[in-house]
Amino acid sequence: MTTNTARNAAADGAAGQSDRHGGTSVVLQDLSRYFGATRALDGLSIELAPGELVALLGPSGCGKTTALRIVAGFETATAGSVLIDGKDISSVPASRRDMGMVFQSYSLFPNMSALDNVGFGLRMRKMGTSERRAKAAGLLDMVGLGPQAKQYPHQLSGGQQQRVALARALAIEPRVLLLDEPLSALDAKVRLQLREQIRTLQQQLGTTTLFVTHDQEEALSMADRVGVMRQGKLEQIAAPDELYADPATAFVAEFVGVMNRIPGELQAGGTVTALGSTAPVKAGSPDLSDPAVDVLIRPEGLRLEVVEHGNGIVTTRTFLGSVTRVGVLLDGDVAVQVDKASTEAAALAPGTSVSVTFPPEAVHVAPRRADAS
Amino acid sequence: MAQVTGLTAVATDAADGPPPSSSGRRESLPIWRWVILLLTAAFFLIPLISALRFSGIKAFGSVVSQSGFTSALGLSARLALITTVITLALMLPSTVYVHLRLPKLRRLLEGITILPIVIPPVVLIVGVLQIAPGFLKSTPYLLALEYVILAMPFAYRAIDAGLRALDLKTIVEASNSLGAGWTTTLLRVILPNLRTALLSATVLTVALVLGEFTMASLDLYETFPDWIYVNSQTSGQISVAASLLALIVTWLFLMAITVIGSRQSRKTGGGSVTLFTVARQETRGN
Repeated sequence: MTTNTARNAAADGAAGQSDRHGGTSVVLQDLSRYFGATRALDGLSIELAPGELVALLGPSGCGKTTALRIVAGFETATAGSVLIDGKDISSVPASRRDMGMVFQSYSLFPNMSALDNVGFGLRMRKMGTSERRAKAAGLLDMVGLGPQAKQYPHQLSGGQQQRVALARALAIEPRVLLLDEPLSALDAKVRLQLREQIRTLQQQLGTTTLFVTHDQEEALSMADRVGVMRQGKLEQIAAPDELYADPATAFVAEFVGVMNRIPGELQAGGTVTALGSTAPVKAGSPDLSDPAVDVLIRPEGLRLEVVEHGNGIVTTRTFLGSVTRVGVLLDGDVAVQVDKASTEAAALAPGTSVSVTFPPEAVHVAPRRADAS
Repeated sequence: MAQVTGLTAVATDAADGPPPSSSGRRESLPIWRWVILLLTAAFFLIPLISALRFSGIKAFGSVVSQSGFTSALGLSARLALITTVITLALMLPSTVYVHLRLPKLRRLLEGITILPIVIPPVVLIVGVLQIAPGFLKSTPYLLALEYVILAMPFAYRAIDAGLRALDLKTIVEASNSLGAGWTTTLLRVILPNLRTALLSATVLTVALVLGEFTMASLDLYETFPDWIYVNSQTSGQISVAASLLALIVTWLFLMAITVIGSRQSRKTGGGSVTLFTVARQETRGN
């Protein structure tokens, strides 16, 4: 098969997929999973719109992989259900769920060539040999591995193997694509390339996708919405920009992006004082009995001015393009990072005395860390 | 990502880096290697050469025409076939199941499978004869069931080594997610990737059955080793020639399986066939 023909076959397959499924809705309804006394999932509820890519983000052990495996059919929920296009599939075995999955570890069948790996799911669906091979070749072309069709997994690099695994998962025109940290075993450069490739293909095919990762950069750059999980519960699910700009809880605020912790004092009336400023405390902050807290502010949320005898001294300066991240050591040995426009950061040499403040806008607070003051 | 299991690591792409830095050491040590090799060769070959000289070449020709030879060899071959089939049919699914679903029981299974080595065959056979139903006691195929027990430690270890070299859980789940049920997954995904391990298990089982004497003797059946023993009472030369013949045939059989298995598995990155180790090749970088 020529490359063009193969591409057309892949494109036809993609079009067929959109026509056939028109995107699939997925609902995780109050899912709980217990392993003995351990609660891996605790009433998780998420709705994925047709064609949407949702990333589940969280630290190790937060339950994100368990949730994915329940959707795939490899785990059984202790309580709750998974609905695909409104139908409960909890009792449907994994082999009949029509879900394509890409695993964290290399999952290609070692005894099959790349082409046969991609064609395996089609073979299970009784597709004829010539049609199957044409479609598999088309998908391999789509992921840029047409020339490697006859190679065996051990002859492919890690990145190539994951691309074959992606083609294999897409070959069956899955109702839902499940990605279980597929990039975590790859080096940074390959990870970036494959990240973009997955997102582009997912958007082209319109496949509803659930993506599990612990890498916030991956989640924020690829997903339509990101769900942040902690201890089996969903802390917040929102579009990446909203998650970053308006975190619902102190945990999300600190887990997503860079966050400064500045010692402050809770005041009556739901306000907090730090660095000489007073600001209202955001809803979603934990209830704190001790008034000594940390105020959570992002580097771009702090103001910095050069003044003599200010409350801090510049220690580092990192050029990030249009902005420069300035490290400041505040009075009381509190280190913070402040973003300044690079055009204004030239005067902020290490050792410069500066004043760091924050605007009186609502902030998150968290229990004070022992090492913060 | 490196996926090397077992004692034998298969060499990776030579273009990936310089050859091992032991080349200097290799040049300084050949004499020791040769001494060890020659001593070992002498240990094995001197008895064989002596046996060959004792029996003479002519005795090989008359072995086949001896009474009982064909039936004894035939019985041993049938027992080897039956034992291998039953052993693989029992050990493969159970070992796969333990790997997938009950990994905590692996140590227990290892312990259980080593029992036939610890318990003397005499004890085993006395126990079997006590509990075996009558219709089995009257057939030589009872021996096959006993040999299954004897072969268990070897077959289990060969299959276990093969399974350890695979990311079994992931490829089974991948197969399931693509629409394959359990039977299809076992036949199309697991079995082909265990070809090397199954060959090793087969080799060990066949070798064991062709050489087992005690159980057959106590069960009063004339398998090939028993025939050799009985004939040694009447014609020492023919008996020794038959032993050598059995040794050579078994050795050729082992070599054939090893070479064929290694050639096939090298193609798919399955590494080389050794009796207890199965090594996978490494993935080429990222």
